[in-house]
Amino acid sequence: MSSLTVTLIIIASALATYLTRIGGHLVLSQFRRIHPRVEAALNAVPAAVLITLVAPSLLTGGVPEISALVVAALVSLRSGLMPAFIAGAVVLLVMRSLGL
Amino acid sequence: MKSDILAGMRQSVSVIVSAAPFGLLFGALAVDNGMTVWQAVLMSATVYAGASQMVGIELFGQNVAPWLIVFSIFAVNFRHVLYSASVGRRLTGYSVSQKALAFFFLIDPQYAESERRVEQGKALTLPWYLGFGLPIYVTWISEAWIGATFGKMISNPQALGLDFLLPIYFLGLVMGFRKRALWLPVVLASGAASILAWKFVGSPWHVSLGALAGIILAAAAPLPKVDSSSEGAK
Repeated sequence: MSSLTVTLIIIASALATYLTRIGGHLVLSQFRRIHPRVEAALNAVPAAVLITLVAPSLLTGGVPEISALVVAALVSLRSGLMPAFIAGAVVLLVMRSLGL
Repeated sequence: MKSDILAGMRQSVSVIVSAAPFGLLFGALAVDNGMTVWQAVLMSATVYAGASQMVGIELFGQNVAPWLIVFSIFAVNFRHVLYSASVGRRLTGYSVSQKALAFFFLIDPQYAESERRVEQGKALTLPWYLGFGLPIYVTWISEAWIGATFGKMISNPQALGLDFLLPIYFLGLVMGFRKRALWLPVVLASGAASILAWKFVGSPWHVSLGALAGIILAAAAPLPKVDSSSEGAK
């Protein structure tokens, strides 16, 4: 992929992102309310997209990777994103350095 | 007006602190995946959406079609449509160009804090909005530059675990949405579908096919009590 292509992709992505930030307001100002099924689908989008970037690791990952995910998930039940992320990262680094 | 700016700036501090590692991580991973330092800075300055930037560089590293990278970033950022629809009603007294500017800064914490301010009965003024948003924006861009500059010095990212930090981060984000209706069925459906698609169709289609499974499930499920809360993750 050429450097110019990368730059163009970044610019296109920026425009697409801005579209999402202004689009909801532009569309909603035309309608009185969003259909509940559309709203339910929209609410599901972030978790549905993000989990697909994690799930295949269950097949490809070894013991350190899967342990890190399990620990991060458990910690996030009790606290926020940052502690969960750090706990998962620490587990990953320690287990890898032990050669597990 | 001055006190609104200061109130916004004060509230921005905790967001800046908690987002900093990700801003730096983004810069470091961006150069690790073949971007130049200035491209990393450009992406933070123009896309300005942490999770989608991470998704983008992950796909840059694989050999994915350009349109699919743009579409994936669009898909990850699609939640902003809801923020936009919701917060747009609060921007009373804003001119068209002020609204256009405000929407550019509509990241997860900007949305959450804006809704919270309205709930407290305070006006969502432009000075507060930018007092909160601009410091976060400026530090986010600086972090991309710092992360990218120092990231080039990392010769063995595997030893530092950099190759697997993103899935951990994404899982943390997914967990952050767990109070939403249908969260568990959606996650299970999309997770299982993405694994199947990864195995039988191939990357990167596991992203769109997997996501589609959960979204269709949510649209088809019996309607729960409508919960319009859209608190996101950082």
